Amino acid sequence: MDIKDFLAQKREVVLKRWLELILDTYPADAANFLRLEKDRFKNPVGHVLTQGTGILYDALLDEKDPDDIKKALDDIIRVLAVQDLMPSQAIAFVFQLKQAIREEAGQAICGQDLFDALSHYEVKIDTIALCAFDVYARCREEVHSVRSSEIKTERDMAIRLLNMLKRSEKQ
Amino acid sequence: MAEEKLKKPEEMFDVSLTPEAGDWMEPAVSFRKGTYCYGAPLKHQRYLDLPNQREWQPGDADWKLPPDWKETILEGMERLIKRHRSFRLFLDICVRCGACADKCHFFIGSGDPKNMPVLRAELLRSVYRRYFTPEGRIFGRYAGARDLTEDVLKEWFYYFFQCTECRRCSVYCPYGIDTCEITMMARELLNLVGCNIQWVIEPASNCFRTGNHLGVPPHAFQETLGFALDELKDLTGIAIEAPINRKGAEVLFVAPSADYFASPHWYTFLGYLMLFHEIGLDYTWSTYASEGGNFGLFHSMELAKRLNAKIYAEAKRLKVKWVLGGECGHMWRTLHQYMDTFNGPADFLEEPVSPLTGTRFENARSTKMVHITEFTADLLYHNKLKLDKSRNDQWKITFHDSCNPARAMGLFEEPRYVIRQTCNHFYEMPENTIREKTFCCGSGAGLGADENMEIRLRGGLPRANAVKYVKEKHGVNMLACICAIDKAALPPLLEYWVPGVGVCGVHELLGNALVMKGGQERTTNLRGEPLTPPDEATDVR
Repeated sequence: MDIKDFLAQKREVVLKRWLELILDTYPADAANFLRLEKDRFKNPVGHVLTQGTGILYDALLDEKDPDDIKKALDDIIRVLAVQDLMPSQAIAFVFQLKQAIREEAGQAICGQDLFDALSHYEVKIDTIALCAFDVYARCREEVHSVRSSEIKTERDMAIRLLNMLKRSEKQ
Repeated sequence: MAEEKLKKPEEMFDVSLTPEAGDWMEPAVSFRKGTYCYGAPLKHQRYLDLPNQREWQPGDADWKLPPDWKETILEGMERLIKRHRSFRLFLDICVRCGACADKCHFFIGSGDPKNMPVLRAELLRSVYRRYFTPEGRIFGRYAGARDLTEDVLKEWFYYFFQCTECRRCSVYCPYGIDTCEITMMARELLNLVGCNIQWVIEPASNCFRTGNHLGVPPHAFQETLGFALDELKDLTGIAIEAPINRKGAEVLFVAPSADYFASPHWYTFLGYLMLFHEIGLDYTWSTYASEGGNFGLFHSMELAKRLNAKIYAEAKRLKVKWVLGGECGHMWRTLHQYMDTFNGPADFLEEPVSPLTGTRFENARSTKMVHITEFTADLLYHNKLKLDKSRNDQWKITFHDSCNPARAMGLFEEPRYVIRQTCNHFYEMPENTIREKTFCCGSGAGLGADENMEIRLRGGLPRANAVKYVKEKHGVNMLACICAIDKAALPPLLEYWVPGVGVCGVHELLGNALVMKGGQERTTNLRGEPLTPPDEATDVR
């Protein structure tokens, strides 16, 4: 069997394991909530993790528009970038896909002599990780830019009132 | 973002992504920049004559607590338990069912279990058990009790200043425990040893000095009002008047100070002025009661009462008949739930009656203070205003129920009625994110500082997530709300989570749509943006 068909066949079990590995990085009580609550509005973090990992897995197997990959990464990393995580922890989830594939399909891959073919997909995962680093850096920049734009809005309003004052004094 | 810890060479490749399963009773808080608000500045501590005055920051190792801090806290807890029956009840009756656990926006956004309302309350409850219950005294940890230590105090500070007192959790509590009141009591205790934040103490101090949070003195208030009238003359061609401190007016109008000094609040302020002129309301502003908000509420009941007193005092001095209040959030919790017992009864005022429609605001019979959306919705219901909805056609609008008007007042329909009457495109967010289930902006109760932006973004995620949904589904590009803190906090929040969605007040929408007698043709909205050609279709849901 072709490695691509094989990974497509294993999609659900690999995704389930991948999500478990990601949720294990949260405290147990939080992980339970993120795992069990299916309403996307009650549990937005669980929702983006489930949706985003599915999109990334499909992108791994098929040629996808790079914008779709970046959007999925952005949806996940935008959340992780403001949680209490180191940068390395925030993008670790991408590498955990390798672990999930090896745990769920590694033995069968070895048995069918598909290991060399798998390395091709692992290189693709590394490339997604590099993209993830770019997205993380951009999100952190945005955290600081929204902070500075809030301060700028306050300053602009003060300057606007000051200019009105100057105008009224001239009149 | 967490901070990097230095590792020894042999630990370099010892990486675990699984958090250690610690005991919740062991306080473990790291004050990392971005996750806490700055401490209150000394000059404002002095101005309010607060205890344990000193320069300090929560990130400091030494909090410079007084030697008898522990006794002070425990005596304070005993006093609060005796004084507030609800507090003792809330400490005793929780069965830790967990109904509230996943309802807090900070827990949902952070995944930190100590942000579950039940566990946050346990941080305080465990100390209560240790010193005030027989089982806690005898069995200690086995009865869920723990000693009060400096680390416990720091943990209180960390988590009780990660609660916006929004009361969403209390909606789901089968016992009706108001976890917001637990936070209020915890903050009162922290105040006793001088632990409060700049963004609470400075506005409260300003308010005590000038009557408003921004510290605007009377002459600056008058000038700002004048600037607004100049802008409106350019926009409408009408010379509007706005009386200040006028004795004998029928109505005293009180708004949050951000309305006349911040953006986008300013456009709501213009909307009020246009409305009052158009209906010929016999009213007055006050330079003394120049703030409806009350940051004292985030400090202590005493300070809230002191800051609130000016409203009735000014109503009495100016001999008005009743009081009308602007768009604000926690202002309305204070006015609706506390003012009557803080500083009432206001028996020198009359039951509010709309001078235009004759409607009696029976709900305000006791406080004598009416919310502006109630007042305006009544005017619209009786066809007292001429409107051109198409002036708001550039916006597809959604409405964010601000926590306090929604959960402390039950004010759901009036703002929606005003929006539906003034706009052609209105879309609700999903049912479990609005009305009494509304998600907080994540910046209320004094947390709207800029140094804690990371925490604010976490807390605001559930609200922004629902906005993102209506943006993607309906093309929503404007979020209307009736809270001054929302108007300040939601623009950066949406800029991060849902770029392309702006924030406005309900009376800004009214001001845009209002067709004024003798007014010139308008080419721009209140923001000075050109009006778009009217849409044929309307889509109000």
